[in-house]
Amino acid sequence: MANKLSVGRLLVYAALVLVAVYYLMPLYVMLTTSFKTLDDIRQGNLLSLPQAWSPDAWSKAWSSACTGIECGGMKGFFMNSVRMTVPAVLISTMIGAVNGYVVSMWRFKGSDALFTMLLVGCFIPFQVVLLPMAQLLGWLGIANTTTGLVLVHVIYGTAFTTLFFRNFYVTVPDELVKAGRIDGAGFWTIFFRILLPVSGPIFVVCIIWQFTQIWNDFLFGVVFAAGESQPITVALNNLVNTSTGVKEYNVDMASAIIAALPTLFVYMVAGRYFVRGLTAGAVKG
Amino acid sequence: MSHSSSPAGVRALADTTPSSTGRQRLADRWLPRLVLSPTIVMSLVFVYGFIAWTAWLSFTESRLLPRYDWAGLTQYLALFDNERWWTAVANLGLFGGLFILCTLVVGLLLAVLLDQKIRAEGALRAIYLYPMALSFIVTGTAWKWMLNPDMGLQKVLNDWGFANFTFDWLVDPDKAIYTVVIAGVWQSSGFVMALFLAGLRGVDDSIIKAAQVDGASLPTIYRRIVIPSLRPVFFSVLLILSHIAIKSFDLVMALTGGGPGTSSDVPAIFMYQFAFTRGQLGLGAASAMMMLMTIVAVLVPLMYLETRSAKRG
Repeated sequence: MANKLSVGRLLVYAALVLVAVYYLMPLYVMLTTSFKTLDDIRQGNLLSLPQAWSPDAWSKAWSSACTGIECGGMKGFFMNSVRMTVPAVLISTMIGAVNGYVVSMWRFKGSDALFTMLLVGCFIPFQVVLLPMAQLLGWLGIANTTTGLVLVHVIYGTAFTTLFFRNFYVTVPDELVKAGRIDGAGFWTIFFRILLPVSGPIFVVCIIWQFTQIWNDFLFGVVFAAGESQPITVALNNLVNTSTGVKEYNVDMASAIIAALPTLFVYMVAGRYFVRGLTAGAVKG
Repeated sequence: MSHSSSPAGVRALADTTPSSTGRQRLADRWLPRLVLSPTIVMSLVFVYGFIAWTAWLSFTESRLLPRYDWAGLTQYLALFDNERWWTAVANLGLFGGLFILCTLVVGLLLAVLLDQKIRAEGALRAIYLYPMALSFIVTGTAWKWMLNPDMGLQKVLNDWGFANFTFDWLVDPDKAIYTVVIAGVWQSSGFVMALFLAGLRGVDDSIIKAAQVDGASLPTIYRRIVIPSLRPVFFSVLLILSHIAIKSFDLVMALTGGGPGTSSDVPAIFMYQFAFTRGQLGLGAASAMMMLMTIVAVLVPLMYLETRSAKRG
C-alpha cells in the first residue's frame, strides 16, 4: 500500500492535516483571544495573534468576572465543581465495583434480570426524573446544595459504573476465583484479595469516565443548584449569556478554558484510558 | 453481551467445598443479594418510580406546584397545540438528522484515512478526540465566539479580501439550528472515528490482500468488503449519536439559548423552560414523557437490529 501512488498518499496526509487544523482551531482561538485586550480583539481578527500577551482576562475570569449578580469570577464555582465531582466519582465508582463483582462473579437466580433492569438507567433521558428529584431534594432540605448534586450524580452514575466493572470482571479468569474458594475465602476476601489487585485498569477507566461526565454536566447543575452552589459549567453559561455592559470575549474564553482544564488535563495524561472508557461505554448498547 | 457461564460453577463450588463453614456458606449465599440490593432499590425508586411520578404529573393540572388530581390528557393536548413544541420537534428532527449523518460520514472517513498506515497516527487521533473531553458548554462558548457575526470568522474572511462575505447564521432564525450542527459535529466526530477505527483494526487483513490480488482497487475494497463488515459498529454509533441528539440541551443552551426567539428550541430546552422557569409543571412533565417515548422508539429497534446483526456475526 505504502508505495502505490504517492500522490494518493500525499492527498491522504493533506486531508488528515487539514482536518486536524480544523479541530485545533477552536482551541487556538480560545487561547489567543483569552490573552488579548478588548482593543486588540476589535482591531485584529479571530486568527491574529495577540499584539501583546496580556494575562488580565485570566485574572478577571478567575476572581472578578460577573456571572449574573455575583462578581467573584470562576474561582468559587471551580471549587464547587471540585467538591461535587470528587466525592461523586469516588462513591459511584466504589458502588459500581462491588455491584459489578456481584453480577459477574456471584450471579444468583434473577441477577441477570436485575442487571438489565439497572442498565435502563443508562438510557433514559434525565428530563424524565428531574421534577420528582427536585421535589425530593426539597423535602430532604438539600435543594441547591453541593451535597444534593453529589447524591444525584451518584444515583444516576451507578448504572454506568456497574456496567464498566461487570464487563471487566467477566473477562477475569475463573480459576483465580475458584482457587480462592478452595482456600476457603469468602465473598469479601475474594473481592479484596483477589479481584481488587487486578482491577487497576478498570478503576482508571471508570474514574476518568465518571470524572469527565460529572465535571462536564450541565443539566443537573442548572436544575438542582442555584447561586453560590452552582458548578462551573452553569457559571460559565451564565457569564457568557448575561449581556450587561461591554461583552468581554477575552474573559469568556479564559473562563471557558478554566472550565475545560481539568478534563483536558486528564485527557492529556491518561488519553489511552479515556478512549478505552469511551469505547467501553459505547459497547454498552 | 455474553453472560459467562462460570460463576454458576463458583457457586456450586461454594456448596461443596469442605473447608467452608456453614456460617460462611450462608454468608456467601446472602451477601451478594444484600450487597446489590441498595442499588436495586435506588434504581426502582429513582429511575422507575420517578418515571411513574413524572408520568402521573403529566396527567394532572399541575402548574407552579405539583397537584395530583387526575386531568386526563389535558397536558398532552395542550402540548400538541403548542406551536413552540412543534418548532422544538422540527428542530430536533433537522438537527438530529444532520448531526447524525455528518458525524457518521466524517468519523468514518477519518477512520478509513487513519487506517492507511499513517505516520503520527497517535498524535492525529489525539487531536481528533480532544473535543470529547470538553463540556458542551465550553464547546458552545467557543463556537459562539467563532460564529459571532461581526467579529468571528466573518471578519477573518473580510480581512482576507472577501469584503462581502457574511456569516450570520447564529442570529438568523432560519439558520441558527445549523450552527448547533456545526459545533456538535466538531465535538463528536472524533469519538465516532475512534469507534470505527477500532472496528477497522478488527477486520482480517488477509481478506483485503486477497481482494487486492484479484485486482480490486482500494476504494472498492473498502466500499464492498470492509465497510459492510462494520455493521455492528454502525449500530452502536447510531445508537450513541441518536441518544446524544435527543438529549441535546447543553450545547444549544450555550450556543443559541434556543434563540433567536424560539427558533432553535429543542425538546430538552422546552422541557426545562416550562418545568423550571415558567411554572408549567404538567406541561413540562408531558414533554419529558414525550422525550422518553422518542428515545424508546428510536433505541429499541436499533438495539434489536444490533443484537440480531451481532448474532449473525
